[in-house]
Amino acid sequence: MRAIAPFNLVPPEPLLRAQHVTLEYASERGVVRATDDVSFDVYRGDRFVLLGPSGCGKSTLLKAIGGFIAPRAGSLHLGGTPVTGPGPDRIVVFQEFDQLPPWKTVKQNVLFPMLAGGVARAEAEVRARHWLGKVGLARFADAYPHTLSGGMKARVAIARALAMQPAVLLMDEPFAALDALTRRSMQEELQALWDEIGFTMLFVTHSIEEALVVGNRILLLSPHPGRVRAELNSHQFSLASAGSHEFQAATQRIHALLFGADADAPAVQPQPALVQP
Amino acid sequence: MSAVHEPPVRPEYVAPQRAAPAPALVSTGSVDRLSWLNKPAILLALVILWELLARWVDNDLLLPGALQTARAFIDGIASGELIGYVTVSLAILVQGFLLGVAIAFLLTWLAVSNRFGRELIDTLTSMFNPLPAIALLPLALLWFGLGKGSLLMVLVHSVVWPLTLNASAGFRAVPETLRMAGRNYGLGGLRMVLQILVPAALPSILSGLKIGWAFAWRTLIAAELVFGSTSGQGGLGWYIFQNRNELFTDKVFAGLATVILIGLAIERCVFQTLERVTVRRWGMQR
Repeated sequence: MRAIAPFNLVPPEPLLRAQHVTLEYASERGVVRATDDVSFDVYRGDRFVLLGPSGCGKSTLLKAIGGFIAPRAGSLHLGGTPVTGPGPDRIVVFQEFDQLPPWKTVKQNVLFPMLAGGVARAEAEVRARHWLGKVGLARFADAYPHTLSGGMKARVAIARALAMQPAVLLMDEPFAALDALTRRSMQEELQALWDEIGFTMLFVTHSIEEALVVGNRILLLSPHPGRVRAELNSHQFSLASAGSHEFQAATQRIHALLFGADADAPAVQPQPALVQP
Repeated sequence: MSAVHEPPVRPEYVAPQRAAPAPALVSTGSVDRLSWLNKPAILLALVILWELLARWVDNDLLLPGALQTARAFIDGIASGELIGYVTVSLAILVQGFLLGVAIAFLLTWLAVSNRFGRELIDTLTSMFNPLPAIALLPLALLWFGLGKGSLLMVLVHSVVWPLTLNASAGFRAVPETLRMAGRNYGLGGLRMVLQILVPAALPSILSGLKIGWAFAWRTLIAAELVFGSTSGQGGLGWYIFQNRNELFTDKVFAGLATVILIGLAIERCVFQTLERVTVRRWGMQR
């Protein structure tokens, strides 16, 4: 496994392209529009963050890119080919701890998608050992998930995803269920992994600070239905600069963009956008 | 503002760094050291109480004592008589249980694969699960006559509904995240069922099997009591019934004890072992 240098070549074509994506899902009260006409491009090596309050459709958008939901309108392309269904080139790291089958040990969990995808057993073993070492869980290879802490489970899920070497790693609020201290160290570790390997990542969060720390580019979504509010750069920030004046300013700017400055607050629509009752 | 409620300002301090401690395991072994004592002690106390009660009643026809029952039991084993009856009962039980399990899995597949199947199976289980299997015996005798067919029918009925109910509930309770993870890795169809859904539903499937087994065992004994032996071969229920007719009450008690012992043995050896190597080990059940 060789580390891919993320910076030396930026291809002219985006890796992941979302064009005018409108997503709807059926709820008990009718069809709800989750996102409306959302477009963005993710380039190779990006740490692209979807940020917005609940109801902005960011998780639904990630699931659509994962292939679990078909867009109502618009298109999603990965490397030029349209997204038609779930596939191992877009591995999802979920927030929920039950994403790890409890009947498989840590190592079996990492092996599982590789073996299901037809990777030879010997190679899968080597890759599993490598990635478990990378996330610091080599000693826990034979432990069952229920014996691990929340942070360790998140690490297993990340190792499992990276071992698949997906074209893009989809992270659906992966640290939201962790305590604040663990979340911070997971953000550090994710940053270190990215510095080393330079994978492409799409990261969903509702925390402005996490978005600034984790991402290099942030798509701001406003809720009900999810619409693009802004697309911002955040490559200049890291955990080290989290207390700086610029960081505070960026946080406040995003907050103002999402919730409106007090004086010129836009009319908020509290109702979910029901398309058909 | 009164200064009385202000907490004092104390000096800060930083503890010196020490070497990383060993894992915080103070002592090994079970915390509950006396738990192994409980069950045998309770059993022994019950046996002594039984023996005392029997001596006080002093009527072998109504209540033989524990020692007398044990003697009848050992005689039954030694002469091979009891073992013969047990073999007949267990053979038919295993056949009925396996047939019931097969049918239950078919119905479960129907219940989780489509909406109509789900409605149908929901209706059927809510109709038939509360219906005691033994209540179907007269009908079974009418259809299949005195013999194995009737026993199989009531056994299958006693296994199918609780197992279907539990297993389909287990499949429906598989976390959505786990299903999505499976689809994410390109699993579908039978591989999805075998690699994700069945293991995830295993706690419910096992508890369904356990309930089905217990229902089948009690139904079989009851059915044997009703119509006894076929072609000279009787089961354990028949043994109990016949000995009551001949007023060998100690043998009746020995027969009942055998029913209990076999139930306990299967529960402990088969189901608890299965649970220990699967769902308990995986932390899916405590």
